[in-house]
Amino acid sequence: MLLDGKRLLITGVLDPRSIAFSVAKVAQEQGAEVVLTGFGRGMKLTKRSAGRLTPTPDVRELDATKDEDIAAVAADLADRWGAIDGILHAIGFAPASCLGGGFLDAPWEDVSTALHVSTYSYVALGRGFADLLAAADNPAIVGLDFDAQVAWPGYDWMGVAKAGLESANRYLARDLGPHGVRVNLVAAGPLNTMAARSIDGFSGFEGVWDDRAPLGWDLSDPTPVAKTVCSLLSDWTPGITGEIIHVDGGVHAIGAGMPAEAADSD
Amino acid sequence: MSQDVLNTITEILTEEFGVPADDISADATFEKLGLDSLDVVELTLVLEEKTGVKLEDEELEDVRTLQDAVNKIAEKQG
Repeated sequence: MLLDGKRLLITGVLDPRSIAFSVAKVAQEQGAEVVLTGFGRGMKLTKRSAGRLTPTPDVRELDATKDEDIAAVAADLADRWGAIDGILHAIGFAPASCLGGGFLDAPWEDVSTALHVSTYSYVALGRGFADLLAAADNPAIVGLDFDAQVAWPGYDWMGVAKAGLESANRYLARDLGPHGVRVNLVAAGPLNTMAARSIDGFSGFEGVWDDRAPLGWDLSDPTPVAKTVCSLLSDWTPGITGEIIHVDGGVHAIGAGMPAEAADSD
Repeated sequence: MSQDVLNTITEILTEEFGVPADDISADATFEKLGLDSLDVVELTLVLEEKTGVKLEDEELEDVRTLQDAVNKIAEKQG
């Protein structure tokens, strides 16, 4: 199996529709041993969702903005596994003022929260688990991205945070590469998750995928993203780091809507 | 059947969410019972486990009270 014997730390499972939940499920099906993290108010829901995975994974408390939480989980996993083969960073948050319009008015205090949780935490996780990753064979970090090369309706400061994440991905790849750690992002098309539904204006760009995805795109199916994440966590993507893989049905490559009636175009 | 569903919801709310039994009635809103959006999602997961009916978040948009939820589940149970 693709991930036989891999020991994976998966953040960001909130409910069974979370992208991270699908990653955990596919990873388990492919032979990985998984530990989840959750935090604060979401912890209870994460534990409930963990109960739907087989076997039910342990859930550790980890607020990715707290170095002490990262250190505690690292110490725990050092005892348990001695090394970590892979980490999924599926963490993002922005206060309401940063999303759904009002880009020009969002105060720095709120913006800084969005950047801390959604951008800086990627590097913080990489730093905090670097030694455990370096102790594994062919370790990898994968983060979840939403294409930040262009501006989107309603995505606002989260888009800026994702642009920062894309850059941080390159620098983290630079600094962890010498330790053998691959660092990559998966830029997913829009999926109908709790995170997405919290964005006022999310439905405003769903239509883009109907018009422009050569492969088509199913908003309710995170499996393509989960499988790609698992492939990046596997031994079958060596030599890839600092990369952003678009799992979006091809939208990133297409500049305009697909012709509705190609046969009539002449 | 509806009474059974209401009983199930009442049991879940008291046992899993610590809502005082006296506060629970068919016309009580989730908000009044102190449940936020995360609680409501968790409630749908527990309800799915206990009743076999899967409620999507979108379907809960017009669900305000426990009776609304009971009606929705009864409707889906057919």
